[in-house]
Amino acid sequence: MSTNDIVRMANQIAEFFSAYPEDEALAGASQHIVDFWDPRMRAELEAHLAQGGAGLSPLALAVAKRITVHTQPELA
Amino acid sequence: MALIDDVDFGTPARPSAATVTLLIDGAPVTVPEGTSIMRAAQEVSRPIPKLCATDKLEPFGSCRMCLVEIEGVRGTPASCTTPVREGMNVTTQNARLERIRKGVMELYISDHPLDCLTCAANGDCELQDTAGEVGLREVRYGMDGANHFDAQVKDPIDVSNPYFQFEPSKCIACSRCVRACDEVQGTLALTLEGRGFASKISAGLEMDDFFSSECVSCGACVQACPTATLMEKSVVDHGVPTRSVETTCAYCGVGCSFKAELKGSEVVRMVPSKSGGANEGHSCVKGRFAWGYASHKDRITTPMVRESATDPWRKASWDEAIDFIATRFKDIQARHGKGAIGGITSSRCTNEEVYVVQKMIRAAFGNNNVDTCARVCHSPTGYGLKTTFGTSAGTQNFKSVEQADVILLIGANPTDGHPVFASRMKRRLRRGAKIIVVDPRRIDLVRTPHIEAAHHVPLRPGTNVAVMNAFAHTIVTEGLVDEAFVAQRCDMVEFERWRSFVSEPENAPEALAEKVGVDAETLRAAARTFAAAPNGAIYYGLGVTEHSQGSTMVMCMANLAMATGNIGREGVGVNPLRGQNNVQGSCDMGSFPHELPGYRHISDADTRALFEGDWGVHLHDQPGLRIPNMLDAAMDGSFRGIFVQGEDIAQSDPNTKHVQAALAAMDCVVVQDLFLNETAAHAHVFLPGTSFLEKDGTFTNAERRINRVRPVMAEKSGLSEWETVCRVARAMGYPMHYDHPSQIMDEIARLTPSFAGVSFARLDRDGSLQWPVNDAHPDGAPIMHVDGFVRGKGRFMITRYVPTEERSNRHFPLILTTGRILSQYNVGQQTRRTANSLWHPEDVLEIHPHDAEERGIVDGDPVSINSRVGATTLHARISDRMAPGVVYTTFHHPLSGANVITTEFSDWATNCPEYKVTAVQVNKSNLPSDWQAHREEFVAEHYRVTEPAE
Repeated sequence: MSTNDIVRMANQIAEFFSAYPEDEALAGASQHIVDFWDPRMRAELEAHLAQGGAGLSPLALAVAKRITVHTQPELA
Repeated sequence: MALIDDVDFGTPARPSAATVTLLIDGAPVTVPEGTSIMRAAQEVSRPIPKLCATDKLEPFGSCRMCLVEIEGVRGTPASCTTPVREGMNVTTQNARLERIRKGVMELYISDHPLDCLTCAANGDCELQDTAGEVGLREVRYGMDGANHFDAQVKDPIDVSNPYFQFEPSKCIACSRCVRACDEVQGTLALTLEGRGFASKISAGLEMDDFFSSECVSCGACVQACPTATLMEKSVVDHGVPTRSVETTCAYCGVGCSFKAELKGSEVVRMVPSKSGGANEGHSCVKGRFAWGYASHKDRITTPMVRESATDPWRKASWDEAIDFIATRFKDIQARHGKGAIGGITSSRCTNEEVYVVQKMIRAAFGNNNVDTCARVCHSPTGYGLKTTFGTSAGTQNFKSVEQADVILLIGANPTDGHPVFASRMKRRLRRGAKIIVVDPRRIDLVRTPHIEAAHHVPLRPGTNVAVMNAFAHTIVTEGLVDEAFVAQRCDMVEFERWRSFVSEPENAPEALAEKVGVDAETLRAAARTFAAAPNGAIYYGLGVTEHSQGSTMVMCMANLAMATGNIGREGVGVNPLRGQNNVQGSCDMGSFPHELPGYRHISDADTRALFEGDWGVHLHDQPGLRIPNMLDAAMDGSFRGIFVQGEDIAQSDPNTKHVQAALAAMDCVVVQDLFLNETAAHAHVFLPGTSFLEKDGTFTNAERRINRVRPVMAEKSGLSEWETVCRVARAMGYPMHYDHPSQIMDEIARLTPSFAGVSFARLDRDGSLQWPVNDAHPDGAPIMHVDGFVRGKGRFMITRYVPTEERSNRHFPLILTTGRILSQYNVGQQTRRTANSLWHPEDVLEIHPHDAEERGIVDGDPVSINSRVGATTLHARISDRMAPGVVYTTFHHPLSGANVITTEFSDWATNCPEYKVTAVQVNKSNLPSDWQAHREEFVAEHYRVTEPAE
């Protein structure tokens, strides 16, 4: 999965929730990614974050830091 | 006419709480006030002879066959046009009436060819029946006078329409066809021209035949005709059918009920069912006539396999094909992990077929990589309505539109996409309701006979949310909010936040007008019209959802409905017009990777435990991949096998070259379908599917109506789709077994609260049910959120307008938007294999005259359309329906490559592709695009089938 796509999608989600107060925006955007993204997409986001998270909006960056990747060994 | 007829009561029912009691031939009868004598007589089995009357049409009173005597009334009034009165004493049959009727009948027959034995309507002719009923034994005037049937004078039979013929010499000028076109279909294509003896039915102008006229081939006139004047060619060719099976159309999300009329197991015609809740006896050209694909020579009825997608196909036994799939899928999982395979369910398949595919993926594949074609159409509807209202479904039944005062139609073209519902909508509009059309194109409903939109908002593609915010701003700042409704039904904290947001100056129509491309006063006027309506109803289509802000837009509409109090009763609501016949059902059945059946998130431990207990497996608690994610993961090598049920992602999904590359990168692609479609070109296994005429199950339409789909013939492949899937699951190691599809529905009901009361037996008894069907709604729920929202309090969402990243620029100055046309359906796999292609043999590019002139393009020129991801060549159609700067095409023909141009951009919440906004350049060209040129070669290579060795 391309990093560009992951970054664009994370930014889009952050953009929607940024209309809300900061704490709600962070919680809402994070929960959205947990609810709808396959673990490997979250892992991709985490990996991109580990590389510095270039291109992520400030809120998307905060979201990336907040979410926990629920790895599933049997899916790996 | 329909041979296997319902009782025809002669005039429509008149629902009324007040009743009237009268005597008919001495028999007491009590009927609703306003009922005709003719209908009341039929109620007590005293049918009155009739020719111009049918209960599908308003009474006309022209044929003079239905005369009756009424005590105390002079003369013999027509029973069809005379309403009942309290205490009336009616006589339907005596010597006087018999004499009058015979006399009238003689006049009809004196100008009718007496060729009953060789007539196509023999045995199915109301004129013939009525002659028998009135006891006609002679025609005193003879047959030698002036007439319309002698060879020297008769008009030729009009056979221009591919599905029915018009034989003027058999016409009795009853006007039923004209009235059906007016009242039922609302096209007003037919007229009775001339006077007296010269009267004749005409389709359009003098030079028109049926094909060239404005007739949309809905079949209403054919159904209404009491003689052989308008007759299905299939009946002319094969004779009248002898039995019927009630089933459900497999085209759009309206989900019309039909009687398949047959001889043996051969379908002779499809007749819309009067008792069908969705269509109430009406149909469109697709459902009524375009069913021939089911027996088309291109059908593949034997499983096929091949090692590589570039090898020729090899026919195989079911066992071999299923073993092949299981071996490959298990091998992929062993090498790349359980999550390396997945599948897609189909909105063209039944609920039961869809359910077993998602079950196979979750239970046998051991992951949640299941998605459905709703991903590319109405997934934002699911997200948006669930967030605001609490459930993922439209709020109304179709009939509700009859109570609407203002219809807000956004991003939908129902006269083409949902024609039977459009007819219902047009009836309401002709009776005085207003319509506001929000669409970049001037669709038919902006101005069509007897209908003119109160407002047309020709917005720039991609600015839906801005338009809705401008509407909301107007409503809030001008004091048009239904404060009482909001206070009682909605979360006030969320409402106040929303009110504050939309009140901001940046959401004022004046601030947004330039972005939207529509003047502020039009935006304000449209908003006021909607807010002022006693009943305001929102209907929408893919012009709403297929945007980067598709989900935001759905929430905008939900906000608007709540703010104006337009939820929870007839005539209002937020209503998605679903694209395919079972989009609603495929979503209900747990086809999304994050949800189990009934829209319950996979992370919910209680729900998982329920399914785990029933299925006997452990389920993963994480969402799986969506279709675009699967394709992306295929490109990086982590997703390598897919089971595609009845969908053609290589034609329907955006950025075709990316889709093709992803499919080509997989180790095992399985396609279950009727034909070798574009996706099958990349497949390793082809499993023959079943047409709707072979299926046994249920479809759920856009109004949540669960309808039975009944088989009218055996499966041509010898195996049902659900059984095929069960065999694949078993080969993968998971025991999945059912003896009958009703057992699948029983399992769905057992595990899904909104389906708790649904069963085949119940559907067979009640005809249809609209979910939820459970203890709270034992007979279903035609209208949702009546006393409260499913989520409790309605939730207003803040909907900031975020322009799409896809923008026109100097390289790609035009915006392409895509859609569908009346005669074709989706990727055209079905309709292209019928005579419907006579109306639409190719996809064309609609372009505004100014844009065409700038480029030196004249109508019919081949033009190249280029976007940043691809190019294709189509013929241009110059049309001022388009706004300048916007071009439009359809995607019904694979060679068109419409989706070679569309991009990877998608809705922020759901990944629904942004089909409706692609920046393009258009130039004259006389060459196919590289992709088109390559396709022929590609097809030749990938569709080869080897014959088995002797």
